[in-house]
Amino acid sequence: MSWTSSLPPSFLQMQFMLLFSRQGKLRLQKWYVPLSDKERKKISRDLVQTILARKPKMCSFLEWRDLKIVYKRYASLYFCCAVEDQDNELITLEIIHRYVELLDKYFGSVCELDIIFNFEKAYFILDEFLLGGEAQETSKKNVLKAIEQADLLQEEAEAPRSVLEEIGLT
Amino acid sequence: MADSRRSAPLSWTNKPAAKMSDVVEKTLTALPSLLSLDSQPGSAKLSSSSKLGNLIRGITELTSKHEEEKLIQRELVSIKEQVSSPNTTMRQMKELMVRAIYCESLGYEASFSYIHAIKLAQQGTALEKRVGYLAVSLFLNENHELLLLLVNTVLKDLQSTNLIEVCMALTVVSQMFPKDMIPAILPLVEEKLNHPKEIIRRKAVLALYKFYLIAPNQVQHIHNKFRKALCDKDPGVMTASLHIYLQLIQENPDGYKDLTASFVTILKQVVGGKLPIDFNYHSVPAPWLQIQLLRILSLLGKNDQNASEIMYEILDESLQRAEMNHNITYAILYECVKCVYTIHPKSDLLEKAAKCIGNFVLSQKINLKYLGLKALTYVVQQDPKLALQHQMTIIECLDHSDLIIKRETVELLFRITNAQNVMVIVDKMLEFLRVSPDDYTTIDLTGKVAELAEKYAPDNEWFIETMNTVFSVGGDMMQPDIPNSFLKLLSEGFDGVEEDRKLRLFAVDSYVSLLRGEPGKLPQRFLQVISWVLGEYSHLMEELEPATVLRLLERLLDMKQTSSETKSWVLMAMTKLCEGGASVAVAQQVSETYISSMDTVLRQRAQELQHLSQDSELRARVLPRDADLEPQEVDSSLSFLDGFVSEALAAGAAPYKPPHQRQEELAQAKALSLEPYGLSLPISMASCSIADRQSPTLLSISSGLSGDSTELSHKGGPTTLKLDGVKRVWGREGYLRESVEEVAQVEVPSPLRSPSQQAGADSSHSQTPTPTPDPEQDKQQLASSLFFGLSSQSPMCLMGKPEPTPNRFRRKTKGQGSSSSATGQTPSPLSSSPSTVDDLLGDDLLDSSIPSEPSVSSSTITLELSQGFTATAHGPCDVEAELADSDVKESNPSPSEDDGLVAADPAPHEDPDRPEDPCLSSHLPAELCEHGHSEITPLCTNQSLELSACHVQKEDSLVFVIFICNSSAIQQIQLELHSEHLEVSCVSDSPEVDVSSHSVTVYQYSLTVKRPSVHVEVAGMVSYQLCDGTPQNLQFSYKLPLTSFIRPLTVSTEEYGTMWLDFCHDTKQNLTLISDGEEPLTATLNVLKRKLQLGVVEVIGMEGILACQLLKDQPCLMHCRVHAGLLAVWLRSPVPDLPDCLIYHCQRALQGD
Repeated sequence: MSWTSSLPPSFLQMQFMLLFSRQGKLRLQKWYVPLSDKERKKISRDLVQTILARKPKMCSFLEWRDLKIVYKRYASLYFCCAVEDQDNELITLEIIHRYVELLDKYFGSVCELDIIFNFEKAYFILDEFLLGGEAQETSKKNVLKAIEQADLLQEEAEAPRSVLEEIGLT
Repeated sequence: MADSRRSAPLSWTNKPAAKMSDVVEKTLTALPSLLSLDSQPGSAKLSSSSKLGNLIRGITELTSKHEEEKLIQRELVSIKEQVSSPNTTMRQMKELMVRAIYCESLGYEASFSYIHAIKLAQQGTALEKRVGYLAVSLFLNENHELLLLLVNTVLKDLQSTNLIEVCMALTVVSQMFPKDMIPAILPLVEEKLNHPKEIIRRKAVLALYKFYLIAPNQVQHIHNKFRKALCDKDPGVMTASLHIYLQLIQENPDGYKDLTASFVTILKQVVGGKLPIDFNYHSVPAPWLQIQLLRILSLLGKNDQNASEIMYEILDESLQRAEMNHNITYAILYECVKCVYTIHPKSDLLEKAAKCIGNFVLSQKINLKYLGLKALTYVVQQDPKLALQHQMTIIECLDHSDLIIKRETVELLFRITNAQNVMVIVDKMLEFLRVSPDDYTTIDLTGKVAELAEKYAPDNEWFIETMNTVFSVGGDMMQPDIPNSFLKLLSEGFDGVEEDRKLRLFAVDSYVSLLRGEPGKLPQRFLQVISWVLGEYSHLMEELEPATVLRLLERLLDMKQTSSETKSWVLMAMTKLCEGGASVAVAQQVSETYISSMDTVLRQRAQELQHLSQDSELRARVLPRDADLEPQEVDSSLSFLDGFVSEALAAGAAPYKPPHQRQEELAQAKALSLEPYGLSLPISMASCSIADRQSPTLLSISSGLSGDSTELSHKGGPTTLKLDGVKRVWGREGYLRESVEEVAQVEVPSPLRSPSQQAGADSSHSQTPTPTPDPEQDKQQLASSLFFGLSSQSPMCLMGKPEPTPNRFRRKTKGQGSSSSATGQTPSPLSSSPSTVDDLLGDDLLDSSIPSEPSVSSSTITLELSQGFTATAHGPCDVEAELADSDVKESNPSPSEDDGLVAADPAPHEDPDRPEDPCLSSHLPAELCEHGHSEITPLCTNQSLELSACHVQKEDSLVFVIFICNSSAIQQIQLELHSEHLEVSCVSDSPEVDVSSHSVTVYQYSLTVKRPSVHVEVAGMVSYQLCDGTPQNLQFSYKLPLTSFIRPLTVSTEEYGTMWLDFCHDTKQNLTLISDGEEPLTATLNVLKRKLQLGVVEVIGMEGILACQLLKDQPCLMHCRVHAGLLAVWLRSPVPDLPDCLIYHCQRALQGD
């Protein structure tokens, strides 16, 4: 029960974020507090189960241990964040929404498949938006600019290969 | 690619192609036409033809978990093979790493890839690095030891000219970084605060925030730079700096009051839309920034009228500007309301905030309603009327289908409880408790119910019954202090002798009927409470035969789910009750059963039961029943055992060491066989708890001598453990609880309930709703009972804090005379099991080590750094020391041309090239001559005295020899030595011996290491009197490498194995191998063996294990392995800093060759 007592004494920091599908498959998980692998697994199992069992019209917040879970479903994906009890649940809900907007803008109408096949990109975007559990940059433009700059580098480096590949493929 | 999409399993088919953020509320089944996946714009980016794509597709085609497992295991084997292949390029590695991340995220361990993730971050090009860093941040948590290997990479990237690399390094640093390594990168991160690019500045600020969280002391000096970040022209950087300020202000609001106006100005600008439009979110300007600022303002304005006045205007504006139209504005409003209620109150703002809360609570949107309730809970203590306004909504929420709404409502009710509505509210809380599935809620709510019951209970019956429910529902999960304080309350009494008697009687009555029912369903903690109360008070019920109670208790013993802790409670209760023929018979029978129990505590209890049931006179003395007894003198210092102790000491027994000291020594000398301690420690704990069953703090209260007694008595062997001597005086203390309680009971009770409260309680009785068929009326009635007492005449005033309502069951304050012993020894009846004692000890140890830890670790780092510097600066000198040292080991003292070994502190006449006095060595005592000695070096000289020294390495000790040549007639020469690293003890003649003039006197000291350091130093002072009697002194110091204290340690490989696991301090490093013709590992180990006296335990293939000890008996183990042309060395020891020092010497030994 006292697992949070070992956490750093931060003020209202997000504890973790999980993305999972309606089938309960974890698609993304980001932990902002140090937890053992076993704890992580137990927490995600518990939460996925609890949230999937909830009805659509129910509150987007729920109490879990001494934390508040804020979740929202977008199409087939559930986005779920754990915040401290005193935190503002509504703003967390909007953090989730802003993240979805960022994904949407980056992938161009994002869908679960984008996140499955390009999960590393989804992590990069998340890291650019939330750092260490705190909102780092709330300007959509700035986040995407940072990601695109890094991507640009990637494309330049990969360009020769993809050309070759295309030749080989066609 | 299209094919892959079509073959996608059902799990994906519900996925609409529309923008995810837009389809939130849309019914998915209404969009089947969108399932043709080819048209998706995102598809172009999918790398589904890649290996990762194949893997993902492969997995989704599987039908069973078992198949998935097989597939992933195959995949992992293939990944493992490829990552460890030298031919794998970094580009391939990146791809492999993504797959490894995928496997891990499915829950399969791929720990073999962690090190490769670090390698990828280290060696890859920018984009490969990005994946490497990502993998590291996903795989490792901040305590993982591999993170140390990332430090260099981060250092390099922070210095990179490529901005993206710098960004990546800062990102990873803000997520996880080994605390001890912060100083290494701190200057570089600080530097980034002035970087021209705002993204870099922003990330640097967040990295520093992270450092502040994990190691606040290390960033203390950059507070000024935080201010600069706050004034940054880029809003992103400024926003990032607010994280730090929120934290700083929370810790010390007074330190930042001067910034109040600045924060208000920033908020004004934000609210006024002065920020770039990019920061808008759904046309609300920078909401995250606003919320952060409101939080900061509420901290600054709390209890500070001046600061609050600065912010009234902007708060008013915020409340007005935020129109009710979107979640984000609600989020800001909520923060605003909290701020208004936190700072110094202003009535019109409060009014607006209250209206705002009302809108929330009344909203049809469930999320908003929840937040409204939360806000209401927050403000209701200051403004109970607000709850009154919304009473019908609150009643509705109490029956809400969503548990979280119910939960928050219960919390709200808890805050408005008073003596008038307590019964209804507690009822609602218990109702919720029964449906709540969650342990955390149970623990929390049982605590709150118990608190309310104790505070406001209208009568005895209600109190006991409520507590019964708390115990039954709370079970063994609830906080242990609930039963503890309940029993304390019962025994200390509260409201006059008669009232106390009634309460106890009622408890007894209630428990007897519970035991007659189905006691098997009751939780253990409750059974313990019941046993204690019955043992203590069942005699109050005259019609109840003790034998009846005994039989009821006996039933508990027979139930198989009864824990042995409960059993010992039951046996104790029986001991108090066994009176009269029938009872004694039961008692005898029970004690027969348990007297041979394997559980020592139970056996002890059974013994007591057996003896005391036979000897009613002794029982009456040991367990007196009448409450009027004089407070008992308890000799907590156990001075009656002093005689025994001194006898034992005289007979050669070891003096007592308090447990924490023993623990420390245990930790220090783990190498010794500790078998006996392992056994005796629990016994000693058990004996303590048998003897007094009370809070373990008593152990530390009791004086050293008294502690001696108990310890010695058990050290003396099992026979002395039978506590005979102890019991005589401790007999009562065995039930000290009672004696203390009795102290309390004899005191004159003070009337605690004011008449008005009494009346209130009575009226709430009449208010208790009676079931009616009409639900609306029902609700209204409930409302009137719930919100009773919240009207204007309520004792709580509108603005101020509520008056502390006197507890109904208020504890008595004890008489001054007995208070110290009473508070010191007030037992916590449930927390005295041996394990608790252990826990407490453990805690103490932890506590004491915490404050020192950071300083120790940081000093190690600086130590290492400075050593690095000295190594380069005085390289030759050190090497010299090393050489001289190895000379000694070979018993081959050679005159050296340099005094590298010695740092002679004031050495006025010293000439480095002066040849040493050859005749001094002839003064070396004969027994030392057979061992080699280091060169004899001058320490200090003046006209009359000449001091020189050397050290001699014996097998089991190190002897430090000082030669004093007295060339004139000075007298009363005294020598004093001290050292922060070393323990100095005198071997030869006492230092007071006069040095006769014109002769050489030799002093010998034995040195052992107290605290390892790379070089250890002895400082000293020689004082003497000149012929004319003027006192003079000379100071000197002598430095020697730690290696002089190292001796080989002979252990077997098995012993090595167990020791290895026990040791907690370690260090790792790669060292250069020596290859001069010989096989490199052998050659290197030989050098280490020769120069450092390490003992080789075993060499297998490319690995070797070595062991040594630092004089005396401080082992250190080394494991080394040849890897990639280097020797990977891992040192472990129970002694802090020893591995670090030793690795330094290993390095030097190998370089010096």
